[in-house]
This record gives sequence, C-alpha cells and structure tokens, in this order.
Amino acid sequence: MNHSRRRFATIGGALAISAALVLTACSASGDGSGGDAADGGDGGDLTSVKLQLQWLPQGQFAGYFAAVDQGFFEEEGLDVEIIPSGGDIVPQDALANGDVDYAIAWVPKVLGSIEQGANLTNIAQIFQKSGTLQVSWADSGIDSVADFEGKKIGSWGFGNEWEIFAAMAAEGLDSSTVQIITQDFNMNAFLQGDIDAAQAMTYNEYAQLLETPNPDTGELYQAEDFNVISYQDTVGAMLQDAIWADTERLESDEAYQETTVAFLKAVIKGWIYAAENPEQASEITIAEGSGWGPSHELWMVNETNKLIWPSPDGIGMIDEAAWDATVAGALSAVNESGASPITEEPPATAWSNEWITQALDELKADGVDVTGESFKPIDVELAEGGN
Amino acid sequence: MTDTRRSSRPPGAVSRSREAAPEVSIRRSAPTRPANNSAPRRELARWGWGLAGILVVALLWEGYKAIGPADGVVLGETRVLPRTTDLAMPHIWEMLARLGEPVTRADDALPLWAVVALAALTTLGIAAAGWLVGVVVGIGFALIMQRWRLAEWGLLPWIVISQTVPLIAFAPVVKSWGSRVEIGAFEWQDWMSVALIASYLAFFPIAIGALKGLQSPDRIHEELMQTYAAGYWQTLVKLRMPAAVPYLLPALRLGAANAVIGAVVAEVSTGLQGGIGRILIQFAGQASGDPAKAWGPIFGSIVLGLVAAGSVALLGVMLKNYRRTEESA
Repeated sequence: MNHSRRRFATIGGALAISAALVLTACSASGDGSGGDAADGGDGGDLTSVKLQLQWLPQGQFAGYFAAVDQGFFEEEGLDVEIIPSGGDIVPQDALANGDVDYAIAWVPKVLGSIEQGANLTNIAQIFQKSGTLQVSWADSGIDSVADFEGKKIGSWGFGNEWEIFAAMAAEGLDSSTVQIITQDFNMNAFLQGDIDAAQAMTYNEYAQLLETPNPDTGELYQAEDFNVISYQDTVGAMLQDAIWADTERLESDEAYQETTVAFLKAVIKGWIYAAENPEQASEITIAEGSGWGPSHELWMVNETNKLIWPSPDGIGMIDEAAWDATVAGALSAVNESGASPITEEPPATAWSNEWITQALDELKADGVDVTGESFKPIDVELAEGGN
Repeated sequence: MTDTRRSSRPPGAVSRSREAAPEVSIRRSAPTRPANNSAPRRELARWGWGLAGILVVALLWEGYKAIGPADGVVLGETRVLPRTTDLAMPHIWEMLARLGEPVTRADDALPLWAVVALAALTTLGIAAAGWLVGVVVGIGFALIMQRWRLAEWGLLPWIVISQTVPLIAFAPVVKSWGSRVEIGAFEWQDWMSVALIASYLAFFPIAIGALKGLQSPDRIHEELMQTYAAGYWQTLVKLRMPAAVPYLLPALRLGAANAVIGAVVAEVSTGLQGGIGRILIQFAGQASGDPAKAWGPIFGSIVLGLVAAGSVALLGVMLKNYRRTEESA
C-alpha cells in the first residue's frame, strides 16, 4: 500500500515535470505568436503577409524589422510575419511552395531556382551594390582577383560563391587554378592560415576580423592589417538582397498586386528609417532575436545602409545594366564541382520594376525622399567580440 | 512464498522461467538485498569516479594545450591533433569565466549561462514532447507488429528505411507541411515541426526495443497463459508488458538521446528561434572575436543530453520491480 502510493507520487511527479517542460516549450514559442495574434486583433481587416528571410535575424534585414516595429506595415493595412531562415530553409523554395508570400534572396541563387522551374519575380532590388569581399593579409601579395592563382581561396558554397567564380572567369582563372576551401560561420580558418583569402561580407565577417584581438599586439586587428578585394569593383559583382514574389499571383491575383505595392511602400519606409536611425534600427533587430553584440549589430546596419543608399533611381529599382551583368556573371561562373548557377538567359518574368515604380510614385507623391541623396553613413567603433 | 525465493537467489543470475506465473510478475514488494549498508558508500564512489572522469578530460585539454605545438599535429596533409591556440582551444577557466559574463554589452543582457540554460530548457521541452510522441508511436507499432506477424513483415522494413532519410532533406518538408496545417483554432507552431522531427528519430529504437521485449517471453510462458485461458489482453498486460520492461528501458534512453539530437539539429535546420541549436549557430559565428563564447552552448547541449538520459533513469526507478536483466542506469 505504502509502496504503491509512493510510486504513484513518483509517477505523478514525473508527469508533472514532463507536462511543465512541454508547457515551457509551448509558452516559449507562444510569446512570439501571441503578440502577432494580438496585433491582428486590433485591426480586424489587416491582410496577413509572410516574409521569408534568407538567414537568422540580423542587421542585414533591419529595414524589415523596423517596418514592423514602427508600424509601417500596419499603416499600409498589412500584418507581416517575418520568418527567419535556418540551415536548410531556402527562401525561394519556401516562396515557390507557397509557404510564404515574399522572400529575400540573392539574385544568382534565385536565377538558378528559376531555371529549375520556380516561377518567381524580382520585384525590388533593395541592395544596389554587392557586399561581398575577399580578404587577405596585408603582406600576402593578394591584391586582386588575378592574384588568386595557386592560392587557397575561401568560399561558403551553397550559392554564395558565384561572384568569386565569375570574377575569376573574367581573369581567365577557373576553380582548378586555385584551391577552394569551404568556409565556416566564422573567420577562424583565415586567422589560422588555412585560407589565404577568405570570403567576407562587408557587414558581417569583415567586422568579425576587426573585432578579434591580434595576438601580436594585444589590440584588435586594424583595417590596414588586411587587403580587401571588393567584388563590387570587379566584373563578378552580382545583385544581392532582393524581394521576390510569386510570378503567377502577380499576374492574376489582384489582391496580391495591391498587397505587393503596399508591402513595398512599407519596406521602403523601413529602410529609410534604418538609414536615418541606425542605432534604433540596430536595437530593434537585437530585440527581434539577433544574437550579435551591440557594436557588431550597429556596424551591420550601417554597412547594409551603405549597400542601399544612395539610390539615384529610388530604392528598390532594378538597374537593367546591373541585372544584365549579374546574368552574364552567372552564365560564366563555374564552381569547383563544375556547376554553374544558370546555363541560359532567365525569362523576362524574372524581374519587374512595375510594382516598385508604383510604390515609389505613391511615396514621392507623399513627399518622401526615396533616393537618399543626403545619406551619410555613421562611424561605428567595433568592440572586442562585437560586444 | 515467492518473496523468500526471490530474495534467496543471487542477483543477476535470474532465469525468467521461474517467474512464469503471472501473479509473481505483478508482485509489488522489492527484493531485500542483504548488503544494504554499503550502498551509500558505493553511491559516493560512483559520483567520485564520475567527477574524476571530468577532471581527466579537463587535464588532458589543458595538458595538450600546454605542450602541444601551436599548429597542431599534422601528418602529411591531415591534421590529426587540433591547434592549441587560444582561438581553437580556449583555456577551461576562460570558458567557465565567459559563462558568468553577460552575453553581450547591452544593458539588459543576461549572463551567458542563463541564456544557454533558457535555450536548453526550451529545447528540452520540445525534445520531451517529441519523445512522448515517439514513445506512443513506437510502442503502438511494436504492439501491432507483435500481434500480427504479417504486420511485422510489412512494417519493420519501412521502420528501418525511415531512419535512412537524411534529416537535411526531411526538415524543410516538415516545416513546409506544418505551415499549411490549420484545423479550426489549432494552428501548427514552428516548434511542433521540430518536435515532430525529434519524435521521428526517437520512435525508432523504442519500436524495435518494445517489439523485442514483447516477443521475449518464452514459449512455455505463453502456453502457461493459454492453460489459464488468458486472452490476448490478459497475456499482454500480465506477461508481455512486464517482460518487455528490461528491453524497453534502454530503448527509451536511446530514444531520449535521439530526441535531443533530433531537436537540436531540427532547430538549426528549420531556423527555430529560442532553442540551443539556434545559439550554437549564432555563437559559432562569433567565435573569431569571442572564442570562449561558442563553447557555452556546447556545454549546454552536453548537460541537456545528460538530463534527458537521466530522466529516463527516473522511469527505471519507477519500474524497478520489472527490471531484472537491464542493469545499467
């Protein structure tokens, strides 16, 4: 009797513990969605929209988070859920599958998906410039893509490598003339000498280097310790963060067309906010779950702003020359496994300025400056570890 | 009667055939062990050796770091031992000290250990949900396969094949399906995709172990049940279930470990926020400027695995009367 009672107590206790754990899980994820539901409840007629990012929340996407935080989407009648990506979630696939309404992705990657049958359209080219660098040590003698020959070149792969191979192709180099080393999430392989020239984004990995203490001096590494090759200055430059939409829905679904223009207007306002208030935009992004330290996050927002502004034609307008250069580069690039992102020209539906033009016109009519002529980046001082 | 017989047998040398009668299997009283007073000392020794094991790993780490070459040991083109730089192998005290420091410079930043612990708890909850589903599904499959031979022939190959599907291919599909599930007020949450993947990994050893356990009674036991005119359910409850416990416990523990691994990997794969998989990736990206930070979530996942396996040990304590052959806890 006594025994069984004790056993029941134990079982009860174990059940209570597991129930508590399950509830923890529920409430942990419930916090995020609960907020959304409440927002949706305020204005019952908000259109719900899902936006798929291409990576974890970070300053690279500050404009979208700012548009949510500042209520720009709500002003346009939208209830936007921003979905971060992880290792295996490919934004253009999620969009093509109909899981989301819009997706952020680099142009050459989506061109590959389009060639394989995805029906997607670039509706706004948010980043006007490429943010990809190849970084080597100042004394390495690697100052240009032509110097890559025979060196150990770092690349992330997964479609992030095409600029490297397009720029090399223009110099008459192919992947057999260099040793391609797949890079990790951090710059340790470069710092330890496994890589001669490492791939780095201006807004992220380059900052990681400048946040790392130099064991020789005890101070942080300085910009003059490195040679920096910017792909923007090479013919390999390709268009990066763009907003993609479902081509079919754009053609036939009137509600989606309206939503698209409204969505783009709010996004533009978000990026204008990020340009004018980089500190706040950085704080908003951290609050959205970005795990970077404050100085790294601010650096990221600031460098991202530099890739967007100034936008002489208006933010998001697709420059046909840059598009053609991206397509040409994608056609010429061959990676170490012999693959190319695309083998033929993409269809005409792969990009359209129709929606961004409407959005820009409506904003201009409201007196909004959409070119950012007066944009001035700030100076960000990086702290050790980005903290 | 039966109790005296049980207490007199040497521990571990039990043949199940002596326990054939169903009323024996459901006896609640525990066997009395003669050498009870040495138990606390043995317990203490176990903890001592456990701690000594951790200490040895720590000493090896620091020892190799102290005497190993900075560039590691390279044989031909392959590095067989890692570099010993602070970037590759931070000092243990640095990693521990980092756990106590705030995660970032932000004003409201929690200490790293708290961030790791919160993330680990989230993952543990998801893994527990996945494990529970895995237990129900696994034991369900085992019951079906035990009941009908045909089902075993038909199902077992599929259960084995199911484990060969790579998670990296499986995870986006689950997430994609999940984003479309909406039944009435119920909306599929992202954490459920992760729990589902965890259960997918967890159910396999449980199904196999439970099946083996349910099939474990000897023929004479089954025939004895028949002579009692016991039906399927009675045989199941009084003979097969108790006999399955020694097989089920290690399977449940394997399932728990699988559920944790599945949850962590699925978090990374689907980009779920809040769990330990997520901060593993996040802090790995910060490992150049802050090498010790990246080790925080690694320690967190180790503790997580231990807690998950330990929880199953708790189950083992509850079912101790049925554990006769499965000894390791």
